[in-house]
Amino acid sequence: MGNVSLTASSDRVNLAAEPLLRRPSTIKRLMRSPSAIIGLVIVVSLVLVAIFAPLIAPYDPIKQSFRIQLQPPSIGHPFGTDEFGRDILSRVLYGARWALFVGLLADSIALVLGVTLGLLAGYFGGKTDGVISLLTDVMLAFPYLLLAMIVVAVLGPGITNAMIAIGIVYIPQYTRLVRGTVMSIREKEFVEAARCIGLSPFRIIVRHTLPNCVAPIIVMATLAIGWAIVETAGLSFLGLGAQPPTPEWGAMLASGRNYMLSAWWIATFPGLAIVVVVVGFNILGDGLRDALDPYLSHR
Amino acid sequence: MFKYTVRRLLQLIPVLIGVSVLVFVGMHIIPGDVAVLLLGDKGTPEALARLREELGLNQPIYVQYFRFLADALRGDFGISLRTRQTAWWEVRQALPMTIELSLCAMSFAVIVGVPIGVLAAVKQYSLFDSISMIGVLISVSMPIFWTGLILMMIFGGRLHWFPIGGILDEGVNLQRITGIHLLDALLTGNMEAFWSAARHLVLPTIALGSVTMATLARMTRSSMLEIMHQDYVRTARAKGLSRRTVLVRHAFRNALIPVITVAGLQLGILLSGAVLTETVFALPGVGRLAITSLLARDYAVVQAVVLVAAFLIVMVNLMVDLLYAQADPRIRYE
Repeated sequence: MGNVSLTASSDRVNLAAEPLLRRPSTIKRLMRSPSAIIGLVIVVSLVLVAIFAPLIAPYDPIKQSFRIQLQPPSIGHPFGTDEFGRDILSRVLYGARWALFVGLLADSIALVLGVTLGLLAGYFGGKTDGVISLLTDVMLAFPYLLLAMIVVAVLGPGITNAMIAIGIVYIPQYTRLVRGTVMSIREKEFVEAARCIGLSPFRIIVRHTLPNCVAPIIVMATLAIGWAIVETAGLSFLGLGAQPPTPEWGAMLASGRNYMLSAWWIATFPGLAIVVVVVGFNILGDGLRDALDPYLSHR
Repeated sequence: MFKYTVRRLLQLIPVLIGVSVLVFVGMHIIPGDVAVLLLGDKGTPEALARLREELGLNQPIYVQYFRFLADALRGDFGISLRTRQTAWWEVRQALPMTIELSLCAMSFAVIVGVPIGVLAAVKQYSLFDSISMIGVLISVSMPIFWTGLILMMIFGGRLHWFPIGGILDEGVNLQRITGIHLLDALLTGNMEAFWSAARHLVLPTIALGSVTMATLARMTRSSMLEIMHQDYVRTARAKGLSRRTVLVRHAFRNALIPVITVAGLQLGILLSGAVLTETVFALPGVGRLAITSLLARDYAVVQAVVLVAAFLIVMVNLMVDLLYAQADPRIRYE
């Protein structure tokens, strides 16, 4: 998954302290990038659609109507209807809620646990680092979808468990990122000074180390929301995530798969929605990286 | 190099033990009694007790783990609930298909992705650079299963250029030697089967390889740009070498080092993608085997697939590390 350049850039951004996003230069740099603005617009639109879905969706997303099954796109149903006569546009709009929920929850699980483990491993080093790094290596040895499948097998199929599974799968990405950043700053004078004046390790980690990891974490968190949306949709597509009749994009794709040759619109529109949203998070993430790390912005 | 190789091999031992512990614990805490699953409705209390005894399920957990580890090392992962074959046999039947698909996808990714990355770097800020990077962005954002469905719909359903599922046309027979269809067809001189398998593999290869292709294109571009700004490249230009020679002999060769690493690390992504691609195109690989077994609660097979996949990833990562160390001596002496 795409964190290669993140880790490479983390050393250079780590000394930028706390109020990164409040700095005028960071915001200016972000706003100078047309692609980042497009990303921001897509992400804000997703949030608005998710909030106002009941107001803007023309029909009930789960109400079946067998008189209008498998209707192609028309003025009445711009995205057509599915095998149960449900309006696909309404289902795609409601699906934005699930996408946002899934992305945020899975990403939050990975972020909280991954960052905590990364801080501990990076700051304390030694045996703590050894154990956490081994755990990270073990998790990275699994194909991520198979690992997620095991977690879903343990917890049972369902959208919430699929989100938890994807969250767990992404923990090592954050751990590695933060560990590397913390290791590069733990010997710096300001951390040494904090130790000398007797601050507790907890306080040093939270007040002095964590703020220096904020930039790469923000970038990673933005990109990971998009990845989490795709992966959770993948689990739903396999029948391990959202179950019918939930209007979740991956589950919609799974049901549309059987009608791909006769009713192309059922799987096409939810798939397009996933692509647009993930492109949004990806370019916003890239834009944030460039804004937070000017060294890379010429690439 | 020898010391480095030994050190890396030793570092693998705890990772592989960790993988086995995680799989064992995962399979152990899945709800449901293995004995009940195996015997189904026919399980009398006595038969269940006998089977539990036989499988060692009433022994302490650590004894069960060591027994599981010893069995796994011998390739004994238990019996499949669905087919009553050994789980290892099931994996052995399906693995060559996944290896074939992954190799095709990786070849497609390298053949298409690396030249796009090089050209985009050489022509930085040109129309080609912009269009290819937009294409790359869209490719990495497309779910593999959706790409597969769209390709299937357009090139299979509408244009009828390629078949939409399976690996061989009806009526085409192929003698199994390695299980890798293209290779078996070549070994037996069965060109009809070769072209049939090749046509069946085109769409799954593009679907599975597109994300890796995009990642490699992006990585190659970024790596080339970094190298092209290095002093030694400027020196090579200053001493009068042609732009082409500098690009090929100095920039491209060095830019490939990180690309090799990323390509190796993509194996995990390809194996995960194989689950989805094989499901979409109905290919009989380990990905499809894993999901079919999981949905049927055939955990012996799931366990075998996961362990084999993790072992493959660990080994490929080791090979990538060794290749990297071979290519860049600084790594070995760290």
